[in-house]
Amino acid sequence: MIRIDVDMDKCQHYGQCVFEAPEVFQLNADDKLEYVAEAPDEMLGDLEAAADVCPMQAILITKA
Amino acid sequence: MDAPLLIVGASMAGLRTAEGARRAGYSGPIRFLGAEEHAPYNRPPLSKELLQTPGHGHAEVAFPIRSALEEGVEWMLGRPATALDTARQVVTDARGDEHAYSALVIATGLRPKPLPIDGHGLTGIHVLRTIDDAVALRDSLRPGANVVILGSGFVGCEIAATAAKNGATVSIVTQSRVPLERALGPLLGAEMRRRHEAHGVRFFCGESLFGLVGDPAVERVILTSGVMLECDVLVVAVGSDPNTEWLQGSGLDVSDGVLVDGGLRAIGVDGTVHPQIFAVGDVARYPNPLFDDVARRVEHWNLPTETGKRAGQLIAAQLAGDDCEPLAAAGFAPLPSFWSDQYDAHVLAFGMTYLADRSELVAGSLDDECIVEYYRGDALVGVCGIGMRGAVQAYRSKFAVPARQ
Repeated sequence: MIRIDVDMDKCQHYGQCVFEAPEVFQLNADDKLEYVAEAPDEMLGDLEAAADVCPMQAILITKA
Repeated sequence: MDAPLLIVGASMAGLRTAEGARRAGYSGPIRFLGAEEHAPYNRPPLSKELLQTPGHGHAEVAFPIRSALEEGVEWMLGRPATALDTARQVVTDARGDEHAYSALVIATGLRPKPLPIDGHGLTGIHVLRTIDDAVALRDSLRPGANVVILGSGFVGCEIAATAAKNGATVSIVTQSRVPLERALGPLLGAEMRRRHEAHGVRFFCGESLFGLVGDPAVERVILTSGVMLECDVLVVAVGSDPNTEWLQGSGLDVSDGVLVDGGLRAIGVDGTVHPQIFAVGDVARYPNPLFDDVARRVEHWNLPTETGKRAGQLIAAQLAGDDCEPLAAAGFAPLPSFWSDQYDAHVLAFGMTYLADRSELVAGSLDDECIVEYYRGDALVGVCGIGMRGAVQAYRSKFAVPARQ
C-alpha cells in the first residue's frame, strides 16, 4: 500500500493534485481539500505526479 | 564505463527530468552539475514563508529525493558550467574539469536582471532568486525598515506583501500602470493594487529609478519624476535573463533561452536538431500548440515539471537506441498554471493570460472572490481566479489543441 500525508498547515486548497489523482484527492463543496490516506501500489505514478504539482509541496507519498 | 546522462542545473526542472528518465526505463548513470551549493529546492516559498521565518533554510524547501534517484546519481554542486563542446560531447565547469555525456540536459534557469542604473557599489540592494538571496533579504527586512521594491511582477508583489505583513514600510516603483499588469491585465492588476494599498503599500506607477543616495548603504532613492523615497532596503525585481552565456559558441540557438523542438531537443543556429541535447524549465523556449506556433520561454512554476517529464521520456528512448521521432512528433502542449499568495488573496491561473488583448469578469466580484477570463480575439487564452478554486480548475478542459485543418 501507499500512504498519503498532506500537511494541512501548508495546504492552500489549490486542488492541482485533484487533476492528477482524482481517486484520492477531491475539493469538497467548500473548495477545501479532502483525501484518502491509503491507496494501492499501482497508483504510485499518479500519486507522485500529484505531489509534484502541489504548489505548496504539502503532499508526502510513502510506500507502506 | 558509459558516459552519464549529464544534467546541468541542479534545479527542479533537472530533478524532474532525471525522475522522468528513470520512470521511462533509463537505469544508467546520472550526473548533476549545479552552480548553486544546494540540492534542488522549491523557489516559491523564498518570497513568502522563508522570507518571514527566521531559521528556515534549504531543509524547509528541499525537494525529497525519490528512491529511483538514490542509486547511480552523482551530485556535483557549486560548479557552474562554463562551456559546451557538442562535437566532443563534453561540458567544462568553472574549475576547468570536463564532463562527458551520453545525453545532456540544459536546466540552468534564470537569474534576476540587475539594477538598471549604476549602483555605485552601495549596500542594501537585493535581488531574489536563490536561498542565499532570500536569507540575505530576510535579515534586512526589520519592522519599520523602509523597503523600496523596483518592479511589480509576482516576485516584487509577493515580497511587498511579506514585508508589509512584517511591519516594514513598503513602496513599489514600477513602469507599469498597475501591478501584475502583464500577467493579470488591468482589471485584476488594479484590484491587487487596492489590496496592497489596504495593507499600507504605496505605489509609484509609470515611474523608474533616477538615482540612489547613501554611503556605504543606500539611504534614499530618487525617481524620474523627482520624488525622493527613504530607503533602507532596495529590492530589484524587474524580471530575469536566461543563463545561457556558457552556451555561446556551442552552435545552439540561444537567442532567448535555448530553442527546442516539441521533444525539447535543442535546435542549432543552422536549424538542425541535436538529438542528445535537451533543455527544460525556465531556460527552454518552445512552441505550445495550445496557443500558436511561436516558440516562447514561459516562467510558470508547473513547467519545469512538465518539461522535465517530457524530456525524460525522450532521453530514455534516445539512450535505449529507440526511434525518438514518433514520440517527438506527438507534440507537447502543457497547460501553464501559476498561483500567488498575497495577504489573504489566493490567486490561481491557467493558460497564457499575457497573450490576451482583453479580460472580462465572469463570476464573483473583484473585491472578494472572482473569476476573470482572458481572450485573444475570440479565443480563450487564460483564466484567473481569486478563490473559487473548484470553478477555476474546471477551466482546464476548455484548453485544447485545435484540430488540424
